[in-house]
Amino acid sequence: MTEDAFISIRKVDKHFGKVQAIDSVSIEIGHGEFFSLLGSSGCGKTTLLRMLAGFEAPTGGEIFIDGQPMSDVPPHMRPVNMVFQNYAIFPHLNVRDNIAYGLRKQRLSRNRRHDLVEEMLELIKLPGFGDRRANELSGGQRQRIALARALILRPKVLLLDEPLGALDKQLREQMQLELRALQRTVGITFVFVTHDQEEALTLSDRIAVMSQGRVLQLDTPSGLYETPHNREVASFIGTMNFFDAKVSGVNGARVEVEAAGLGRINAPARDRRYVEGESVQIAIRPEKLELTADAPLDSGISVQGSLENAAYLGERSHFFVKLDGLDQPVAVSAQNREGATIGTDATGPVWLNWSEASVVVLTSD
Amino acid sequence: MSSDTYIKRPNRPLQLYAVIFLIALYAPVLFLPLFSFNDSLYVRFPLKEFTFKWYVELFQREPVWNALMNSVRIGVVVAVLSTAMGIFAAKAITRYRIPGRGTLVGFIMLPLVVPLIIFGVALLVLLSQLGVPLSLYTVAIGHMIICLPFSVATLIPRFEGFDRAIEEASADLGENAWWTFWRVTFPMVFPGVVASLMLTFTVSFDEFIMAFFLSGTQPTLPMYIWGQLRFPQEFPSILALASMIIAMSFVLVFLGQWINRGAQPGAVKGHDT
Repeated sequence: MTEDAFISIRKVDKHFGKVQAIDSVSIEIGHGEFFSLLGSSGCGKTTLLRMLAGFEAPTGGEIFIDGQPMSDVPPHMRPVNMVFQNYAIFPHLNVRDNIAYGLRKQRLSRNRRHDLVEEMLELIKLPGFGDRRANELSGGQRQRIALARALILRPKVLLLDEPLGALDKQLREQMQLELRALQRTVGITFVFVTHDQEEALTLSDRIAVMSQGRVLQLDTPSGLYETPHNREVASFIGTMNFFDAKVSGVNGARVEVEAAGLGRINAPARDRRYVEGESVQIAIRPEKLELTADAPLDSGISVQGSLENAAYLGERSHFFVKLDGLDQPVAVSAQNREGATIGTDATGPVWLNWSEASVVVLTSD
Repeated sequence: MSSDTYIKRPNRPLQLYAVIFLIALYAPVLFLPLFSFNDSLYVRFPLKEFTFKWYVELFQREPVWNALMNSVRIGVVVAVLSTAMGIFAAKAITRYRIPGRGTLVGFIMLPLVVPLIIFGVALLVLLSQLGVPLSLYTVAIGHMIICLPFSVATLIPRFEGFDRAIEEASADLGENAWWTFWRVTFPMVFPGVVASLMLTFTVSFDEFIMAFFLSGTQPTLPMYIWGQLRFPQEFPSILALASMIIAMSFVLVFLGQWINRGAQPGAVKGHDT
């Protein structure tokens, strides 16, 4: 908990009848941060966003924005603006009037207002589009209008509800870059809801992974990817190999485990306490594993298996290696460099190698 | 899409049926304009000379103009009031979680199926108990009951046809409920409002039973027609009047439906997502 948190969500609950959509969630978001709420549909991420916007009231707990409690503040009085999932562009207004919609109360002169809109159209790279009607716009253009309409009010926080979900892949990737650049330009705190883990990793400063109304882990993208706290996070973000294991020794910063298929191996303890005999899981990313035809010289962190299956994917290849004592083959992802010792047409025995630092120990809690 | 896909393949017997149906439905009505241009006091074939004289005679009758103005005044007031109430009702029904919503809608729609004579008698009893003298005002009250379901039924699809998020977006951009209504909701349902105004005006304008029970000394146009039916020599003029009423009703209702043609969900322009 930091003192200078810009948005502070404190022990917030939300019930819809008997369904608990949000279960005692606490999140602190800093000023100017690009923060993502990540989870599959129904995890409560959109409900949480709608509570920030004021469209839903928390059943319990309190939300503070810029130090002010938000419970009694209706949506139209909150210092936040939102980009809706389907953009919610006003179909009866043209682009200019859509963008200028929120300016009514500021009582600006006609010229000033016009300049602000033009400035916004420039920012979202749609100059000259002011007189277009809303139904003449493509999905990407609508998305930008929705952004401009919110940003012109200089909100303290911009909420984005899966704003890229309706776009095709190419446009989505382009908009991701633009969104990130835009956020740096305007310096507003962004709270971004998505179910797309890749999108969250690309865009965010920090991510809260949610499931069933709770935050599973709140971390930086690399923190989530490299050191997931539990199996759910580990399998939600990217691909992961899991091995059942038992703690066989604790040695300061390292923990020794007896892992199915891998044998007795060491792993970094990462500030967690382990008890000897405790059941844990070992997780290793496919790209942290390396395949070699011969036994490596420095033995100890390698194991022999047999290559079961392989797939060539262009820039990289995927291999599936069968290990003794494991039902599921282990996935290995390797970049296709010149002179790779194992090709996708290889079969038979191979050696699986990894570094100790790439091993993650997951406890059941 | 080609026109001969399975579902769109023309079906001759059904087309024929549709034509016969429409003829059977409207042929009796079409006799009115036909005989209104016939130069004879009696409604019978063969037709005689073509004439405008019944129309001319009609325009020279003072009581017709009085009755017409009574009907128009009631129609305008009823259309505006029932449409205004219809807007509130339709918004409440489509936007808020109301307990017993289905029952509520049922009660609003009930006047469409309850015989008007029952409503007419009931209102007459109530008004006379309250000591309210019968007048054009009491007719208007009766017409409100009939017109409200038409208004609500016209407006509900309009309200259902647009995304709730659009109103939320307005709130999010700083407008309270009042301004959101006038800047977003009303413009979006406006075609439905126009259609409702035209439909309720027409319903009120053509209505007879309520007016029969509730009007005082001043007749509405249908009341006037009823009164004139006793005089055979007036009959061709009544045909002329009825023809004009039919024509105007058709125009108003079709115009309203045309303006409101986007009300079907998904047909609203700019909502292709």
